[in-house]
Amino acid sequence: MTYYKFKPYNVGRVVIWSLFAILLLVVPLVFTSQLSATMLAQMGIAIIACLSYNMLLGQGGMLSFGHAVYTGLGSYMAIHALNMVAAGNLHIPVSLVPLVGGLAGMGFAILLGYVTTRKSGTPFAMITMGIAELVFAMSLMFSEFFGGEAGVSGNRVAGDSFWGITYGPQIQIYYLISIYTFICVALMYAFTQTPLGRILNAVRDNPERVEFIGYNTQRVRYFSFIIAGFFAGIAGGLSALNFEIVTAEVVGAGRSGAYLLFTFLGGATFFFGPILGAILMVIAFVLLSEFTKAWLLYLGLLFLFMVMYAPGGFASLLMMNLRVAAFGKLRQIWVSYLGLIVTALVILMGAGAMIEMVYHLQLNDSLGDTLKFTGVTLDAKSIDSWVGSLLVMVTGLGLFEVMRRHYLHEWGEIQTGIENEIKRREAA
Amino acid sequence: MEFFIISMLNGLSYGLLLFMLSSGLTLIFSMMGVLNFAHASFYMAGAYFGYTISKWVGFWPALFVAPVLVGACGAVFERMTLRKVHKFGHVPELLVTFGLSYIVLELVQLIWGRTAVEFPPPEVLRDSAFTLINHSVQGLSVVWGSAPADLCSNADASVRVVCSPFPATRGFMMLVALLMLMSLWLLLTRTRIGLVIQAALTHPEMAESLGHNVPRVFMLVFGAGTGLAGLAGVIGGSTFVTEPAMSATVGSVIFVVVVVGGMGSLSGAFLASILIGVIQTFAVAFDYSFITLCAQLGLSLSDAARENSFVKLTLSQVAPILPYLFLVLILIFRPKGLLGTREG
Repeated sequence: MTYYKFKPYNVGRVVIWSLFAILLLVVPLVFTSQLSATMLAQMGIAIIACLSYNMLLGQGGMLSFGHAVYTGLGSYMAIHALNMVAAGNLHIPVSLVPLVGGLAGMGFAILLGYVTTRKSGTPFAMITMGIAELVFAMSLMFSEFFGGEAGVSGNRVAGDSFWGITYGPQIQIYYLISIYTFICVALMYAFTQTPLGRILNAVRDNPERVEFIGYNTQRVRYFSFIIAGFFAGIAGGLSALNFEIVTAEVVGAGRSGAYLLFTFLGGATFFFGPILGAILMVIAFVLLSEFTKAWLLYLGLLFLFMVMYAPGGFASLLMMNLRVAAFGKLRQIWVSYLGLIVTALVILMGAGAMIEMVYHLQLNDSLGDTLKFTGVTLDAKSIDSWVGSLLVMVTGLGLFEVMRRHYLHEWGEIQTGIENEIKRREAA
Repeated sequence: MEFFIISMLNGLSYGLLLFMLSSGLTLIFSMMGVLNFAHASFYMAGAYFGYTISKWVGFWPALFVAPVLVGACGAVFERMTLRKVHKFGHVPELLVTFGLSYIVLELVQLIWGRTAVEFPPPEVLRDSAFTLINHSVQGLSVVWGSAPADLCSNADASVRVVCSPFPATRGFMMLVALLMLMSLWLLLTRTRIGLVIQAALTHPEMAESLGHNVPRVFMLVFGAGTGLAGLAGVIGGSTFVTEPAMSATVGSVIFVVVVVGGMGSLSGAFLASILIGVIQTFAVAFDYSFITLCAQLGLSLSDAARENSFVKLTLSQVAPILPYLFLVLILIFRPKGLLGTREG
């Protein structure tokens, strides 16, 4: 008996992926400054890294504190490969150097993942952290491979140029990164549709039942870990090409923490969440750190609130509001959103002014007592500025609470409205 | 011999400090299933609170006030955030404490600055607790306090005299840790609240239906655990350095301790703390490498091999990674930890 299967052509998917490809192509033509060129390249790399991290956190429920080990070791292998290409010892095109990083990441994931994936949940988190510390401590010991304090530097203009592509100009490296980004994102999306990707979700949700239907959960985690390591290594290899220098901090705990933080902020429950997170990560690292010295504090607070009130990250907030919009009810609630945003900004103004004043007292004592904060001149040693900031913050808090209650009420009403609408449609 | 004794005591005191931290961590973990990622941050907070309070009222009141303050902060944190995410499961709980560790680090840098602060131990503890004198003729002897100079200098060139002092802060650290261990044990086994805690540990629903407020017990345990970390912070901060990096240096080691000892096992945590403290202290003291080993075995190495950085590594250089190597080995050969009962 022949079995025919008809699948409708998935228009939505084709449109989304084409838009993604066009976006990657067009973006550097829109943002042409030097800063945006470097930021866009970093975003592409961060997208691969965060998505590969989400393969563990979002799809496998594995909270890793050591993902930078695989991106970082991928970076090191790639930069050594690049130097070998430059010396003429290795005959591969520069465009394929990130793949060397990917294979390295995969190799280390095979080696180290065997130990880490024996456990899940909290022990897994602690073991990945221990391994990360181990690798970081080793990076300072073996200076031949890791380059010690100075790191390893290379030159990506190496080997024969191909069709005039030397990777000298930043725009050429951007397009290389964007091609890799597109292919890796597509592959990682495809992974979620494979049987392994599906069973990985099951291992996350109910490992006991997966054992009962005859799968080895440990092996499922191990295989997924290896694949995640491969993509992480590609991200590392790309960053080695992009920066042309690799230092020990790429395997450090700070980097691993950043992957976790931003993947979660973007949203671990949706495939596209980490892409948002990666874009945020580059913006935070490049722009926010210029804007204020206390940026990690703001980031930590944002993260804490996100975990408590929106565990799905920005992606889930977006999707919930898309649902509201799909039912045409966004009109009822946008005033509340505006109110929430404005009052939150007021709180931030007050609290931010105080934080900046403390930092000013702490660090720039020699520069005098006054500082500029969002156009307002504050005197860090006068009581007026402090009382003023405090008043602004308290007013903001009060108004925010009022808005929040109003918003929650409206939100509840809209959700019941949507549910009634769904029931009505089902009945019809 | 005197080197062995002093190193052993140093290792023990470091191990006991680790235990002060890991006991709170284990208690919180076994009770609430929460791995408090910010535990070392509370340790750091204890050190900085102790530093500030000791500037106002002196070291001894600070030793009591700072841990209480840290414990109160911990209890408030549990009440305000952890209890709210409890329903989401263990990963969000871990993430909340992870976020807290960032915030505490930044707040500490905000308030006390990015460089180390000077937090000296009190007058009484600045001296040595005792000094071991190894006299090549008279043998080994002990002098309480620091030894007078004439005992340590050799009048005769043929007589070798070595004085090894043991710092009083280290002794004090051991004393406090042992007292804490005792009182913790008595509290858990001999008092009513201890029995309630033990009951809530294994059968939270039953304890709740018997009329005990289990969430409040959780809050108290979290507060007590972080308070212990704060106590360790005051002592550790005055003995070692009080700086923003102190939470990172000790943080990962106590996680290793908890895994090696067996998740949720208090006695396992004790054993692992002592073991790791002693191993690390001894490793730091030895300057041996593969070159020394080969020389002792009578093997000769080529000059190229001597320059190899792997061969050149001395044991003291490897010391920082030993706990993690130990962790990996334990996981391969005994996945539930030294004294653990459950497979994680």
